[in-house]
Amino acid sequence: MKKDYSIWSLIRHGLRHHEGWDPAWRSPVPERSYNVVIVGAGGHGLATAYYLAKEHGVRAIAVLEKGYLGGGNTARNTTIVRSNYLWDEAALLYEHAMKLWEGLTQELNFNVMFSQRGVFNLGHTAQDMRDIERRVNANLLNGIDAKVLDVAEVKRRIPILDTSAAARYPVLGASFQPRAGVARHDAVAWGFARAASRLGVDIIENCEVEGMDIEAHRIKGLETSRGYIGADRVGCVAAGHSSVLARMAGIRLPIESHPLQAFVSESLKPVLDTVVMSNAVHGYISQSDKGELVIGAGIDHYNSYAQRGSPHVIEHTAAAIIELFPMFSRVRLNRQWGGIVDTAPDACPIISKTPVKGLYFNCGWGTGGFKATPGSGHVFAHTIACDEPHPLNRAFSIDRFHTGHLIDEHGAAAVAH
Amino acid sequence: MFLLRCPHCQEAREEEEFSYAGEAFIARPADPEAIDDAAWGDYLFMRKNPKGWHWEQWVHATGCRKFLVVKRNTATHVIEGSWTLGEGRKIYDAEGGR
Repeated sequence: MKKDYSIWSLIRHGLRHHEGWDPAWRSPVPERSYNVVIVGAGGHGLATAYYLAKEHGVRAIAVLEKGYLGGGNTARNTTIVRSNYLWDEAALLYEHAMKLWEGLTQELNFNVMFSQRGVFNLGHTAQDMRDIERRVNANLLNGIDAKVLDVAEVKRRIPILDTSAAARYPVLGASFQPRAGVARHDAVAWGFARAASRLGVDIIENCEVEGMDIEAHRIKGLETSRGYIGADRVGCVAAGHSSVLARMAGIRLPIESHPLQAFVSESLKPVLDTVVMSNAVHGYISQSDKGELVIGAGIDHYNSYAQRGSPHVIEHTAAAIIELFPMFSRVRLNRQWGGIVDTAPDACPIISKTPVKGLYFNCGWGTGGFKATPGSGHVFAHTIACDEPHPLNRAFSIDRFHTGHLIDEHGAAAVAH
Repeated sequence: MFLLRCPHCQEAREEEEFSYAGEAFIARPADPEAIDDAAWGDYLFMRKNPKGWHWEQWVHATGCRKFLVVKRNTATHVIEGSWTLGEGRKIYDAEGGR
């Protein structure tokens, strides 16, 4: 068992030129069978494995990953964490995650660099402002911190934002969630991986699921690129590839996979100490601790698994960001990339049992899964361990697409993240 | 960025001229009153979302404003062709409707 990270271990290893660190997680050879197999070693999958081991005492857990750990959407998002969703079901789920975020660094003994620098959602029209007031009031009723700010207050807090009357996108005000912010996305995957590995979870990278062994509507195991692995229960947390896994099980999902693009600039001196989002212009921006401006776009509208999108989407977002922040007009971009997001018709996740006994799906997070990472893993672990949904994810069953009980979060979720 | 050929205009034009309109050839149940909620939900929401060849609808939004179908590979973005809905349907059916 590895020792905890601390200031003392940092000093001790520093004196040895940092050459004595152990790997943060084990890389074992897969066993022949497990009690629970999680498919997908991103943040959500690793969090699920961690909470299964820690809170439900499940032993013999494996997490299978077709590529490398945290190499998918976990490392491709723009790291924003917030919980200001409109509807009760979604707000309570994301707020559950927010509360876990607030203690996550201590919980995992791994600095996830959670920075509660606040998130502004700008309003550009009278209707935007009415929607913002409605959402803020709904948040307050659910115990979530939220404020409506007028334009003078927005200007005071974000001096570089163009709030002039001549602005292309006039700012009338904003909603503000003070407890929202950003976290270091790689650290979230690494922290959960290390903590899960310490509890005995086997994390198996470069192991792609190629088929499912299902007998009499019950999961028996998985065919993988590293051989057959038996499993009593299987939780699929594969984001953009969820439909591919569902097809192996003969299940249809209401999911469509789309590219979601983002880009970062060269490093600048500190200029933006919060997160600014605008649903109306399809853009959101923050500044990383390295000084890069981190900017996210809307989805490309076509289906794709190619982890790249079309340039005009980025161009549209960059144009909008420059209208909001004219001083960024000559900032150069360093990198751009795309991730494949699993969008659901109501912009809400599916955390659910399936018609196949012992097979569970956690997908449909679309453009906004990162913020939910610990909460998603927490309730999905409960769903798998108890074979019953947690009260917080009961409404996120796949059945809702047949009963009609959709949770329409497009207003708070669909465009900007 | 794709170049899509519009079968109506007989022109290859940039993707930005077109709007994406989702999976093609989803048949609306002939008698919605006669089917149960599960079948109706399947029709409304469930999608193939394949990794590979995908038959999809586009609209030539800033051109002739007509619908077309495109067979495109979602893993590579390779486009095999584009047709009017009628022509595309024949090829789709000949492939076995996948």
